[in-house]
Amino acid sequence: MFHVALLLVLLRHFRYFTNPVWFWVEWAQPFGLYASFALVAGLAGLWARRFLVERIRYISSPSDHLMLALLAGIGVSGIMMRFVARTDIIAIKAFFLGLLQFQVLPLPSDPILLIHLSLVAILMIIFPISKLLHAPGVFFSPSRNQVDNPGEKRHLAPWAAELETGRENGNS
Amino acid sequence: MATLDISHKDGPRFVADPLEVPKLACGAMADISPYPAHPAHQEKLGFPGELLPDWKQRVIEKMGELAKKNRAFLVYLDTCVKCGACTDKCHYFLGTGDPKNMPVARQDLLRSVYRRYFTFAGKYFPWLVGARDLTEEVLDEWYTYYHQCSQCRRCSVFCPYGIDTAEVSMAAREIMDVVGKGQKYCNEIIGKVKEIGNNLGLQEKALRATLEDLEEDIEEETGVSVRIPLDEKGADILLITPSADFFAEPHVDGLIGYAKVFHQAGVSWTISSYASEAANFGLFIGSYENMREVSLRIRKAAIDLGVKRIIFGACGVKGGLQ
Repeated sequence: MFHVALLLVLLRHFRYFTNPVWFWVEWAQPFGLYASFALVAGLAGLWARRFLVERIRYISSPSDHLMLALLAGIGVSGIMMRFVARTDIIAIKAFFLGLLQFQVLPLPSDPILLIHLSLVAILMIIFPISKLLHAPGVFFSPSRNQVDNPGEKRHLAPWAAELETGRENGNS
Repeated sequence: MATLDISHKDGPRFVADPLEVPKLACGAMADISPYPAHPAHQEKLGFPGELLPDWKQRVIEKMGELAKKNRAFLVYLDTCVKCGACTDKCHYFLGTGDPKNMPVARQDLLRSVYRRYFTFAGKYFPWLVGARDLTEEVLDEWYTYYHQCSQCRRCSVFCPYGIDTAEVSMAAREIMDVVGKGQKYCNEIIGKVKEIGNNLGLQEKALRATLEDLEEDIEEETGVSVRIPLDEKGADILLITPSADFFAEPHVDGLIGYAKVFHQAGVSWTISSYASEAANFGLFIGSYENMREVSLRIRKAAIDLGVKRIIFGACGVKGGLQ
């Protein structure tokens, strides 16, 4: 639930970086909007497990909780900007389009917006040095991306091949 | 809680669901460690006989070397998110309730040290990510819990990332072996294979006598004279079977079965006394070099006997394919 919602919400955010907005980003707008609730609900579920399930509580370290808090903070502040205290999204879009051309334009000094953006910045900082790297990591997992065919084809790592050099036929 | 009633009058019975998740019992299995390997057994495998004085440094070095050599090990150390999908899948956990037998927690015994010495977060914020220094207690804990893994790989089936605890267990055993903290069962056995040819240490004479006994048994039972040839040069097939087939019930029925099938099919076959073992314990201790050496014995036996084909009995298939 969390991951699908995250995808939809991220798609929706493309509209702040593209001009004109791509058609499929426009198409994703309403889905992304409601996915934001699913995102927060999904996070709440993941977080609840860390407290309620004895086994998961045992394996959780502070960073696991902080990571969830960070994501929840981003989600909640994002929802608030749409449903509680609307912010000036025209100005935000101008700001980000400006950034893409290396111009710093004024950003609305809306507290919720600033919280949202600074949490996202923190997320981007910790992403490459934390367990959030599981996102690219999953594509490198050998048990996920390798063919199971050692019977048909011999796989020899370079360091293992070194052991075989200089060995004559029949002698070990 | 015991799920099995072993004293039931009609034989052992399940009295509760064996897959029921037990309550955590911290430290339930902390006192059960394997017997340490004798220095002589260690040295036969190329490992130091006793714990080296500079073991700490060597552990870290070896860990780095393995992470470099083995992508699986590296990815499995880095990519776990502690989702907990594996926590109730290990039979060592289901049977004991010891939380360190949950695959993720068992991996974390090593991963916490890896994080401390190899990752940014662990180097600078160890308390945040659960990283810890390598100490004598940590090493003892490894010795206790990494030998409470049978490398069945059930947990990896449930892991969303395909993380394989066996890979981590094997690496941990290899690391402990190279600093001189070996386990008796595996290491003594590998020494026997290297010296004698099978895990049991069954000498050629004993093996020959055993096979002759089995031939008599088959003839008595069926009235047909079935041969179980040993070391016969020029046979077409070399049969490699686990040495349990030579002495244990019901394994021995497997060997008798092979003999009957070969007899009926009319093929020429033989067993080798030089390589009379299909189970390769090099895999269990994660030692590629030892696994390779054990496998090469089979290759040599096949070449010396001039066979055209090798057939493996059950058990040790993984090692045999190397």
